[in-house]
Amino acid sequence: MTNDIQVALSEVTRVYPAHSGHGEVHALGPVDLNLRRGEFVGIVGPSGCGKSTLLEIVAGLANPTTGSVTFEGVRVRNQVPDGVGVVFQEDASFPWLTVRDNVAFGLRRAGVNEAEINRRVDHAIAFMGLGAFRRAYPSQLSGGMRQRVCIARTLVMRPRLILLDEPFGALDQQTRLLMGEELLRLWRETSATVMLITHALDEAAMLSDRVAVMSSRPGRFIDILDTNWPRDRDSRIVADPRFGQFTSKLWELIREESKKAMGIQ
Amino acid sequence: MRNPAFWRLMILVGGVLTIEVLCRSGVVSSYSMIPPSQMVVALVDMIRHADWFWSDARYTFQNIAVAILLSIVLGFVIGLIIHALPRLRRVLNPVLLSYYSVPTFVFYPLLVVIFGIGPSSLIVMGAMFGIVAMISSTLTAIDRIPRVYGKVARVGRMSGWQTAIRIKLPAATPRLFTGLTLAVAYSVTGVIAGEFIIATAGLGRQLTLSYNEFDSATMYGLILLILIFAAVINRFLQSWEARIYRRWYRK
Repeated sequence: MTNDIQVALSEVTRVYPAHSGHGEVHALGPVDLNLRRGEFVGIVGPSGCGKSTLLEIVAGLANPTTGSVTFEGVRVRNQVPDGVGVVFQEDASFPWLTVRDNVAFGLRRAGVNEAEINRRVDHAIAFMGLGAFRRAYPSQLSGGMRQRVCIARTLVMRPRLILLDEPFGALDQQTRLLMGEELLRLWRETSATVMLITHALDEAAMLSDRVAVMSSRPGRFIDILDTNWPRDRDSRIVADPRFGQFTSKLWELIREESKKAMGIQ
Repeated sequence: MRNPAFWRLMILVGGVLTIEVLCRSGVVSSYSMIPPSQMVVALVDMIRHADWFWSDARYTFQNIAVAILLSIVLGFVIGLIIHALPRLRRVLNPVLLSYYSVPTFVFYPLLVVIFGIGPSSLIVMGAMFGIVAMISSTLTAIDRIPRVYGKVARVGRMSGWQTAIRIKLPAATPRLFTGLTLAVAYSVTGVIAGEFIIATAGLGRQLTLSYNEFDSATMYGLILLILIFAAVINRFLQSWEARIYRRWYRK
């Protein structure tokens, strides 16, 4: 069973030191979490609870103050491990490159041969429904399409762990549902492990095998719930009565924490 | 409604025709101004027959080219250094912000004392004019690079050098180009104005001579030449800049 654990967080905390007259900030933890190979885990929590900090620590973009993170048995520190892909909330597409060149960017840097680049890029572009826009520049695309370019750019690198930091945060509700479906399709096809940070409870409930609920700052896990959805689910699951019950349960867990985070009694 | 370029052209043509009529009808004295058509004739005549023209033109354009190159390269490098040293930036910020409110020409006699009457003082004058625009644009360009690009580079495990060349430099291009266009315009102004004040050669120097000798034909021919040069360079850089901005920010 231990071989199934791809990512392991043990007693992880993050404390930002005092700076410019402000005292130190205890942003996260201690948290323990294991991600099983191939599962889809959603992380939800109130604003400012340290969700993005957690993702950066798992990615190797930030170091924990105490505790440790391992990816496939190797300690993560100071560097993003090979096999990890990250999609950020902000638009990270490069405006000076076409869609095709954006998607091929990482592969070219990695020295992959041109034939293989073409194969992977064509597949990713088709998979993300960007075929008609391969020669377009990001400024000619909608926000949702630009985010798909970023996902495709991550996808071509064939990551074994995909970390998503509120990737649909800036999109409207309908686009988010459809992007969620695409994400599920991508997850099924690649068999990668996915960790999704989101503030949207319904998004976490629809996409995840497990949802980890965080407290207000310093973020700790209050509970980790199994959704028990079938692997071939899509956005129509929102019509299932169990979906409403699950989302209500999430809200029940998070409501007091959100009020605390907002300073409401 | 035609496009703005058409109306710009119409205003220009209308203005030139009005001056032509005012000069030809004697409303404007020929001692003050010659008709634009005669300016063109004077310019062509000067290019074809004036024995000083090509050597002075080469002198001016060479000085301008070196001043532009210096202001862009040094401005970019100094901008990078200031950006890397936040304390130095805090010290220099007021100077950079108020630089163009200081009449830099007051330093020109000093430059002549240091570098002598020759190309060096003119080049330094031109570069002094252009460099701060390039420094300020470099600082803004680096400030505006989205932070997420740095994270993308780290996820792609790119080295600092790869990140700078493959991501940061292209991301900064539009605002760097804005600095470049300003540096070009200011450097041209700096060199020609310097020649106008004290110089041994150059188009600005010829402009002063023709003014002092009441040689209106040469003076207006030179003014026309300098205007055409500035307009062509400006138009070229603006269309290039517009192309970059269109690609980056088109909606």
